[in-house]
Amino acid sequence: MKFIKFASSILFMLIISTSLKAQIKHSSRSSKVHLALSIANGKAVYTQNCATCHQVDGHGVQNMNPPLIQTSYVLGDKTKLIKIVLNGFNEDVEINGNTYSNTMPSHDFLKDQEIADVLTYIRHSFGNKASAVSVAMVKSARGATKK
Amino acid sequence: MKNNRLLPFILPLMAIPALVISIALKNPSSADTAGLILPSGFEANIVADNLGSARHIAITKQGDIYVKLNRAKNGKGILYLHQTGDKATVVNGFGNYAGTGMYIKNGYLYASSNEDVYRYKLNDKDEVINPNEPERIVVGLLNRHEHESKSIVLDNNGNIYVNVGAYSNSCQEKDRQKGSMGRKGCPILDSAGGIWEFKADKLNQHYGDGIHYAKGLRNVVGLDWNQQDNQLFVMQHGRDQLHDLFPDLYTTQQSAIEPAECLYAIKEGDNAGWPYIYYDQEKHEKILAPEYGGDGRKTAGEGTINPAVAFPGHLAPDGLLFYTGNQFPERYKNGAFIAFHGSWNRAPEPQAGYFVVFQPFKDGRPDGKWEVFADGFAGTQTQKESGNAVHRPCGLAQGLDGSLYVTDDNKGTIYKISYKK
Repeated sequence: MKFIKFASSILFMLIISTSLKAQIKHSSRSSKVHLALSIANGKAVYTQNCATCHQVDGHGVQNMNPPLIQTSYVLGDKTKLIKIVLNGFNEDVEINGNTYSNTMPSHDFLKDQEIADVLTYIRHSFGNKASAVSVAMVKSARGATKK
Repeated sequence: MKNNRLLPFILPLMAIPALVISIALKNPSSADTAGLILPSGFEANIVADNLGSARHIAITKQGDIYVKLNRAKNGKGILYLHQTGDKATVVNGFGNYAGTGMYIKNGYLYASSNEDVYRYKLNDKDEVINPNEPERIVVGLLNRHEHESKSIVLDNNGNIYVNVGAYSNSCQEKDRQKGSMGRKGCPILDSAGGIWEFKADKLNQHYGDGIHYAKGLRNVVGLDWNQQDNQLFVMQHGRDQLHDLFPDLYTTQQSAIEPAECLYAIKEGDNAGWPYIYYDQEKHEKILAPEYGGDGRKTAGEGTINPAVAFPGHLAPDGLLFYTGNQFPERYKNGAFIAFHGSWNRAPEPQAGYFVVFQPFKDGRPDGKWEVFADGFAGTQTQKESGNAVHRPCGLAQGLDGSLYVTDDNKGTIYKISYKK
């Protein structure tokens, strides 16, 4: 009896852990799909709204438009990055000893989803590797940024 | 063991074909043109390299070189180079300010920061006598970090002409904001977007001491005084982003080639029409800007001047020089060389420019079609089309022997182009 109880509890734990494992596997696959979709959509938003100044490959333009490659502006604090897109940027930016002076206009006309996608795209492109930006983050940054 | 002993004999034998191949590969393009593509009979060499952001340049009677840096390097914003043969070495640096303008006239070296204009007295060898105490002749010009460079040139009557670029693309309510309309009676034009004339020998002149010589010029970097008809010529950087800002009115292809980069012959009081109009080089017309009610077709700009030459859009003319030397073939005499820095806002179309163009002139007027004179600064086709140009032409100057000098503000290279028949 004692043995049966022990065996059944082992069996129970085994079942639980396998199904849990499967669940984790499933959710990681769906988040991967979600990320790939966000990057693909983000690329389209980028081409339409960003590529003129920051260039197709994100290297920017000498003295004028800053690069998006390996800079703390892109790889660092996500809320700060979201706010640059929402409010624009009108200060001299200094990156690796070079300054960039063109005005970046506000892009608050983009939807929360589009901003999340485009920032996820730039954080995963041009040699960058950083975590995704979620719609919820954009929503809360937009709420906090309302003037 | 045996092999090892043979190796010293075999190796040199193997090196001979390698040497032959490498020499064959180097000729004819790179050995005598420094990687540039030039008309036949012309040669180029690199007289200096890695100088920093080399903008405009002035050559002394002795063949020495003053070059202005866009960012001071080790606290030096002007470099003085001594030239022997085809090489120039940095002798010293001075002037701890960033800037673009560099010009020699009547025993003085003139230089500009992004706010002021200075001059330095030269001795009989054209060396700066007191590098640490320049005379500040113009002070307090507007610098709002867009089109901030102040290019300079002098006439033959003791006047200096200074560009003050507009701190805006097209005077929108919100700069470069999609759909934002133009500001009524664009207020930028009071103190920027034009050329000002000052006295070349008077200290501490402000806007009010000068003459607002020409208006409605968005941004000028390349400018020169035409000695033949005693007149100022300027190259305007035309506006950007027609498609980005007004996607319903312009396709990306239109936006990549319009509007023109214009060469203007300037007389006092002229107005080139920015921001209300731009010049369409295909239709040969002045078009009302979309920010001011234009639809891409409506013409406007009564009372504004027409360009002397209209080049394709966005190529960014940063240097202008009328050639007065005797070294180049006769057809180049009194014609205009223009250094195009290269485009950035032609995407998704490939980027273009990064070359020096020649525009023939006759009797002080353009005569015939312009042609690419020196190309190949950008590097490979991929480097050029992606905008990752290796070298970007900026400043132009003529040596006493008639050679043409070209600066590159990306790698800090100075090229010397000569005619060798």
